[in-house]
Amino acid sequence: MRGGRGIEQSRHWPRHVVDQTSWRRAIREISKGQGDVLSLWSDGADVHMAVLDHESSDIGIVTIECPDGRFPSVGHMHPPAIRLERAIRDIYGFQAHGLCDTRNWLDHGRWGVRHPGLKPEPSDAAGDSYAFLAAEGAPLHQIPVGPVHAGVIEPGHFRFSANGEVVVRLEERLGYVHKGIQQLMVDAPLDRATRLASRVSGDSTVAYALAFANAVENALEIEVPERAIYLRALMAELERIANHIGDIGAICNDASFSLMHTHCAILRERVLRASHVCFGHRLMMDRVVIGGVADDLTAEGESALRALLSEANRLIPPFIDLYGDTTSIQDRTVGAGHLGSELANQYGCGGVIGRASGRSFDARRLPGYAPYPDLSFKVGSAHAGDVDARIWVRFDEIKASLALIEQILDKMPEGSLRIESLPASSETFEGAALVESFRGDIFVWVRIGAAGIVHRCHLRDPSWFQWPLLEAAIEGNIVADFPLCNKSFNCSYSGHDL
Amino acid sequence: MRKFLFQGLHRPPLTEAAPLSDDPMIAELAGTLNRASRRKLGHSLSIREVDAGSCNGCELEIHALGNAFYDLERFGLRFVASPRHADVLMVTGPVTKNMREALERTYAATPHPKWVVAIGDCAFDGGVFAGSYACVGAVSEVIPVDLHIRGCPPDPVALLRGLIALVEAR
Repeated sequence: MRGGRGIEQSRHWPRHVVDQTSWRRAIREISKGQGDVLSLWSDGADVHMAVLDHESSDIGIVTIECPDGRFPSVGHMHPPAIRLERAIRDIYGFQAHGLCDTRNWLDHGRWGVRHPGLKPEPSDAAGDSYAFLAAEGAPLHQIPVGPVHAGVIEPGHFRFSANGEVVVRLEERLGYVHKGIQQLMVDAPLDRATRLASRVSGDSTVAYALAFANAVENALEIEVPERAIYLRALMAELERIANHIGDIGAICNDASFSLMHTHCAILRERVLRASHVCFGHRLMMDRVVIGGVADDLTAEGESALRALLSEANRLIPPFIDLYGDTTSIQDRTVGAGHLGSELANQYGCGGVIGRASGRSFDARRLPGYAPYPDLSFKVGSAHAGDVDARIWVRFDEIKASLALIEQILDKMPEGSLRIESLPASSETFEGAALVESFRGDIFVWVRIGAAGIVHRCHLRDPSWFQWPLLEAAIEGNIVADFPLCNKSFNCSYSGHDL
Repeated sequence: MRKFLFQGLHRPPLTEAAPLSDDPMIAELAGTLNRASRRKLGHSLSIREVDAGSCNGCELEIHALGNAFYDLERFGLRFVASPRHADVLMVTGPVTKNMREALERTYAATPHPKWVVAIGDCAFDGGVFAGSYACVGAVSEVIPVDLHIRGCPPDPVALLRGLIALVEAR
């Protein structure tokens, strides 16, 4: 972040091209806990790393050129980067020098092509074998689960090594829903790229569209109308509530507490219906567009929201009592799936998971983005780090989001919904953004060429820094508690596999 | 907890009237279903859902089918954990190449007679992901499909309409 050659086309957050010495120094500082890696990615020529400096709270991007296809590994000293480096090698063929885990990650040997992001080489599509990490000892047995799971959920493979009922090691194998979204973005016009970004992870469609739009608007220095900013925040908070309430019900359901599940599902449905009345789509897909929003909030929409608010404010306290007073559910959730603050901080783990383990980070606060500095809200927090804590943080955040929606409606400015037209430019610009989804912070980086064509785009789901922690949290729990722990994390497969 | 249970006794159900099935959907199905299988299975279907690369938007709406408003089970439709217990495979997503074999094996593990319902625009033709090196595209390129329910994602009413058509056509 210090030194190196500044890149002028990078707007909003500075980007510097550094030499190997500075790159290694940055890695050392990060591994000592002086900063968080927000993401690590490649554009097919160089490797970039976005870093949040703890001392200054500044975000910067460092770039290392890799003309010979190699760069010094970050994961070698900072484990959260390992899977990102494996993914970079799968897509672009760039080797992270010193990386201990050389297995493929997203590439399962099924694409019929290697390194699709750079000089694709045809290959057979018969599938690669995958060597799971060993767990040895006479009483241990393995339980393979997935990719097709028993419920209506996304696909991924879990390999448990268990000693009787107790999980000794869990290893995840992901990548099953890799769709090549970042390559589909290459040379895509902005409207198509926005549609793609909105479908990285359907449950966070508003947050993704917002993160992508913010990155583009930062790159092109677009001033978004005030009313659009408030409408975007309104959608983002509705999405947060719908997901959190659904998750609380689903976690309880995984411990067979179906009463809670039923009531949460009803409230979730009411949120989705109100969203549909306001914005014409239950998940509010494609409602955030570059430079503004697609739909205005009508008087009918506002009254639907006010009715939803009073219903939700009435229901949440009894829900809290129902959860808090039922000892049989607490017997399952308290102490289960414990994640310590040390790991949460090392991984820069965002969202409910990080906040339930004492890491208070929330992108709405830091770096912060409009309109949140003008609104007052409490960020959920807990320290126990177990399934129970993750439920309580979700309750806190639902209450905070309900209060936010009330403020947003009260303060809703008048004005236009989006800018008239995108600024014409003959140059290339870069922008980035960090947006808080219900799951945690989404990082998006984009490079846009002349005529508003996306050259490269990188989207990092919060799950990248949460999935590895699930492996740690499940250790020592019984196999039967895995669904409960997994649901309390609720990482995205699609967002991660991209 | 007692309060919640008592409330449940006093309040009318939230469940809404069934939507009418779409005629074109019945037409699509008529060609693929025969009376013999209808007699064998009666008016009940077990569904195994397979995510073959969706963004998880379709899964959210499929989940919603189980809530009190839509109450899927009143139509004799229920989700089962294993393809070996299923009559219907409900498939979402643009079939990623990494999921192709898993989908084929799930289909092979489902006993006859069986039907495949492809959910969402991605499952119809790859949707926004069509043309990617990592996606096959339409579900019908991998396994035979009996019914498409379009939408991005289709809302629960659209899903119900399609599934009721499936039950009625049998």
